[in-house]
Amino acid sequence: MLDKATAKSGTKTTLNDDIGEAIRLELYRSQVNIRECEQRAYDLFLQNLVKGTSHLSLGQEAIAAGFATAMRKGDLSFCTYRGHAHTLARGVPFEKVLGELMQRDNGLMRGKGGSMHLMSPEHGVMGSYAIIGAHLPIACGAAWRAQYKGDSDVSVCFFGDGTTNIGAFHEALNFAVIWKLPVVFVCENNLYMEYTPIADVTAVPNPAGDRAAAYGLEKIVIDGNDADVVYRTALKAFDKARSGGGPSLIECLTYRHSGHSRADPAKYRPEGELEKWKERDPIKIYRERLKQFGIGDDVVAKIDAEVKRMVEEATETCKAAPNPPMDILTTDVYADGGFAWRN
Amino acid sequence: MAELTYRDAVARGIAQEMTRDPDVVFLGEDVAKAGGVFKATVGLLDQFGPLRVRDTPISEQAILGAAMGAAMTGLKPIAEIMFSDFFAVCFDYIANEFPKSRYMTNGQTKCPLVVRTGNGAGSRFGAQHSQSVENWCMMIPGLKVVAPSSPVDVIGLLAASVRDPDPVIFLEHKSLYATKGEVPDGEILDTLGTAKILRPGKDATILALALMVPRALAAAERLAAEYGIDCEVIDIRSLVPLDTQTILGSVAKTHRAFSVEENPRLCGWGAEIMSIIADEAFYDLDGPLVRITTPHCPLPAADILEDAILPTVDRIVDRVRKTLNA
Repeated sequence: MLDKATAKSGTKTTLNDDIGEAIRLELYRSQVNIRECEQRAYDLFLQNLVKGTSHLSLGQEAIAAGFATAMRKGDLSFCTYRGHAHTLARGVPFEKVLGELMQRDNGLMRGKGGSMHLMSPEHGVMGSYAIIGAHLPIACGAAWRAQYKGDSDVSVCFFGDGTTNIGAFHEALNFAVIWKLPVVFVCENNLYMEYTPIADVTAVPNPAGDRAAAYGLEKIVIDGNDADVVYRTALKAFDKARSGGGPSLIECLTYRHSGHSRADPAKYRPEGELEKWKERDPIKIYRERLKQFGIGDDVVAKIDAEVKRMVEEATETCKAAPNPPMDILTTDVYADGGFAWRN
Repeated sequence: MAELTYRDAVARGIAQEMTRDPDVVFLGEDVAKAGGVFKATVGLLDQFGPLRVRDTPISEQAILGAAMGAAMTGLKPIAEIMFSDFFAVCFDYIANEFPKSRYMTNGQTKCPLVVRTGNGAGSRFGAQHSQSVENWCMMIPGLKVVAPSSPVDVIGLLAASVRDPDPVIFLEHKSLYATKGEVPDGEILDTLGTAKILRPGKDATILALALMVPRALAAAERLAAEYGIDCEVIDIRSLVPLDTQTILGSVAKTHRAFSVEENPRLCGWGAEIMSIIADEAFYDLDGPLVRITTPHCPLPAADILEDAILPTVDRIVDRVRKTLNA
């Protein structure tokens, strides 16, 4: 529990609620990392330096930060094409992500994947999947491996509200429950399925939460803009998964500040909706939280400045990086490194 | 050496690989307790237990997705899709996920898995449980595609598929499950990407796959006996990788090529092979390249109709004879 006396006194060293100062600073830094990098991705897109498409998580940072901070090394993240946030949150460097978005040779996949397919197994990022629903069964498979081999890792699968209406969602949820797999399904409900309000196309008010009962799971719907709430919920679900209790389905309520993808100005949103949600901006909420726990503005300002500088440096590195070379054009189609299909 | 059915060869091949490597696991609908709807996996549950041989719900996306997730993280799954026609409900994994993950991630990930499936016609099941879908798979960069025609090839090619580091689509022919063949004792391991000359000949090359192999062989015997035409019959066995050299070597000798394909006509594997021959062996040829296929038509259920729509021994004999003006 929060030590109220300490909080009131404004000192910052003796806070020891269930989260604690070190984790809180990690949660904050992770959110700022995502905010700065996503904002930079948008700016670079306007400069025509980010090519193709991009799907930003501006406004949804608390979910990626909360879950990733609760994960252990070795836990596995599976996400959608809106996956920059989850990739960064597991510790993949800015320049690797921005380089891939800018389709440079220094990118995470040297430009062969692009914004929608970020992957870094060494960081536990097991891929960003651009076909809605595809990765829910894949996460089940990774969890099956953990169960079969007696490994203690958890597979965490992030997806949007729209995913709850595709068949693979149903198949994966049922499958995970009957096999009692250590997988945690995280629905980021940002209220819009691409351009259409999710409520207009869904039979129940909570697209994930209201369907949990169909799989014998607890209905869990949380404030996805509060990193503390997300973090605590994640820990609970991970404990359950690691102790053989099977999967969880968590719906995080949130809101994306930008359009669906880079081509979308999001004009379909009612007037005032964005402004209302910006009052509940996860980073704004978290700055207040840090203050409430006696963490000084100077500490916050230092983190902000550090992250800004790192994103700036990464941007310059990426701008200077060469394009991918032609000699990788047809590599890694097959495991022998090439694309030969005949002798 | 023992005589084994094609069906029993499937179970023996899976058992051989599961015995060899504890990372090999097997999942699918009705595969464990029931031993498979075609009885091709009988005994595996008893031998390897419920952790390694697992029944799934009717959830083809979950089956293939779970196989992929397990493969990416260290297992060697064998997944069964009961009928190959059902690839259509889980095609995302076959077309988008298995074959592209390695390339897209610049080699950061792997997908060593085998999808076994009951392919092909002859069971009078109608248009949605009888198709030959090898051409759905062959066109996708990143996949390997194998279709054995005999019990010994089932075991050897299945073993090679399980040990292969890439995703392999393994097409078992439903109408071959009851056929028998001699199988040596002990471990059997074959090589993907190798065609087999089953009958040497000098007048024409007949290329065949799966159920069309015994038909091509029967046609060759009749062409020799009745018309004095000596055909070389090649079992393609592996569409990807493709053993082009064996095919081109044969055409250089016979100067004639025919394909016998169960798939509907458009974009069949024979079209690809014939285009290779036309490109690379045109001046070896003494006549047109001829494809004998099922027409561009769904498959009928009635036995008399189904028998008539597939390439038959009679049709093969007739086309080869007429093309050679014998």
